[in-house]
Amino acid sequence: MNRINKKLEESKKLLSIYFTSGYPSKDDTKPIIKSLQENGVDMIEIGLPFSDPLADGPTIQESSVKALKLGMSTKVLFEQLKDIRSEVDIPLIIMGYFNPMLQFGVEAFCLKCKEVGIDGLIIPDLPPEIYNESYREIFEKYGLVNIFLITPQTPEERIRFIDNISNAFIYMVSSASVTGAKNSFGDQQEAYFKRIAAMNLKSPCIVGFGISNAATFQAATSHAKGAIIGSAFIKHLTNKGVEGIGEFIQSIR
Amino acid sequence: MNYHVDQRGYYGNFGGAYIPEMLYPNVEELRTNYLQIMGEESFQKEFNKLLKDYVGRPTPLYFANRLSQKYQCRIYLKREDLNHTGAHKVNNTIGQILMAKRLGKNRIIAETGAGQHGVATATVCALMGIDCVVYMGEIDIARQAPNVARMKMLGAEVRPATSGSRTLKDATNEAIRDWINNPVDTHYIIGSAIGPHPYPDMVTRFQSVISEEIKTQLQEQEGREYPDHVVACIGGGSNAAGTYYHFLDNKHVNIIAVEAAGKGIESGESAATSVLGKQGIIHGCKTLLMQTADGQITEPYSISAGLDYPGVGPMHAHLYETGRGEFISVTDDDAMKAGLELSKMEGIIPAIETAHAFNVFNQRPFEKDEVVVVNLSGRGDKDLNTYIDYFKL
Repeated sequence: MNRINKKLEESKKLLSIYFTSGYPSKDDTKPIIKSLQENGVDMIEIGLPFSDPLADGPTIQESSVKALKLGMSTKVLFEQLKDIRSEVDIPLIIMGYFNPMLQFGVEAFCLKCKEVGIDGLIIPDLPPEIYNESYREIFEKYGLVNIFLITPQTPEERIRFIDNISNAFIYMVSSASVTGAKNSFGDQQEAYFKRIAAMNLKSPCIVGFGISNAATFQAATSHAKGAIIGSAFIKHLTNKGVEGIGEFIQSIR
Repeated sequence: MNYHVDQRGYYGNFGGAYIPEMLYPNVEELRTNYLQIMGEESFQKEFNKLLKDYVGRPTPLYFANRLSQKYQCRIYLKREDLNHTGAHKVNNTIGQILMAKRLGKNRIIAETGAGQHGVATATVCALMGIDCVVYMGEIDIARQAPNVARMKMLGAEVRPATSGSRTLKDATNEAIRDWINNPVDTHYIIGSAIGPHPYPDMVTRFQSVISEEIKTQLQEQEGREYPDHVVACIGGGSNAAGTYYHFLDNKHVNIIAVEAAGKGIESGESAATSVLGKQGIIHGCKTLLMQTADGQITEPYSISAGLDYPGVGPMHAHLYETGRGEFISVTDDDAMKAGLELSKMEGIIPAIETAHAFNVFNQRPFEKDEVVVVNLSGRGDKDLNTYIDYFKL
């Protein structure tokens, strides 16, 4: 069984952390992953930096620009992850935009993912319809789960469709925003979380976007299986470096 | 061979809608409604009336006597420079503002490079009394001050794009992010034949008035409704798409696309996407784009701010791939010379984007009786400073 699915079976609320690979220093990818596992994080999203990250706010944009300047690339990421599975067993997801994967070759990319021990992918600009039609078979051949997003504006029928084709969890975007844009949740989010919970989807939902501290983590996970922190973690990394990871994770739960 | 968009939103291998889920409701709303709305009689009536009374259409198709004599063929200029706001851009913004109103939107966003599309968008928003935010790269804001002032006078808010290379591609990213953050009340007026389906097709249809008029005007002047060649400059490709549209399926018409070679194809400072680009995804569509081997989108260069886009519209990528379009690229220097020549020989100072197209006569021969229509997509007022610097005027 895929490590993500196994993790989802645990009864606790899951904390997933996103970071941009190659940031703050090019070779931080592996130390960050090891530290996150040591500090009890449940899942990791490794960001593959892209020059034009449409769905991201300034924090992730800036970390991506810096990582690319430092020489990060798809090839370098796979080299950094080469022996990662001899050191960690935490579920690992690559989150990135589609163009770098397309240029690497989608099948070659999936093969590499399998080789280094990646469990799943989140590709915000690869819509479920295109995935289903053209790429599903390749992903499945290499044992990769693909994770789709839903937002407060996603129509119910489409949520059902996405639930149906999902084979791990659904990435529930907390509000209409790019990453890192909000820092608290209001009644609207609360209502949205409840509405989705009441749909009794087969896939668990993990909330992302706008989760930055214990309070927002608590609020997000009261109706969902877990939550993802990205921008707030990157800000902390910028200020405190890899050594500061423990402090940040402890502040969340 | 089909050169139009198919049911799935593709032109051959190019197009589609590679968008994050956050944009899905807006793009889907547009996709399911745009053809029906454009087909409504009341829409057509309002659109055509504004094009006539406000924009000043039809624009003339002018037989360029002196140029024709020099280059030994029959050269016609489609005078899009005479439109209100000085370029073809307004054809599209008029169409899209009417579309936005029918979709119940009360806020408009747009991206702009040189500021022409920004001005055309701010203009129609003023016309309709709708809030307008234009994203513009910080660097472009500094080098296109008059257009920034125009947009402000027209009541638009100009927001600097401070991310990435701080030019057109980043302004487009910022506009898309704004749309993600405002998913209900906002319509995004894309200025070129790019973006996720249905944008390339919608923009092309609004611009197709150019080739529709050319047909009628050629019939009057040449006794036939098609030329032997149609020529247009291409950045994202909206003026070109409109100029080609009604001739796409006419095998008698040779389609010529002129890209900006910048300082030369091999110089590393160029915007000739068909030569330097590879298939990839930019701003929601699969097309030819300039990128690194790793798939990072690179920064193009051209002396004309309107042509330095790292991609090309998916329709044009298809025209290139299938060989339907003849693609040539023209350097900064050759474009500037062509702009000066048009000024001196026909009394028309073109936009530097447009000047690229006029260098076609130095790039390839034409037969003596061949009819060549060049789209004169914009006037040169906005580029006066560049002309002054370049020619030490």
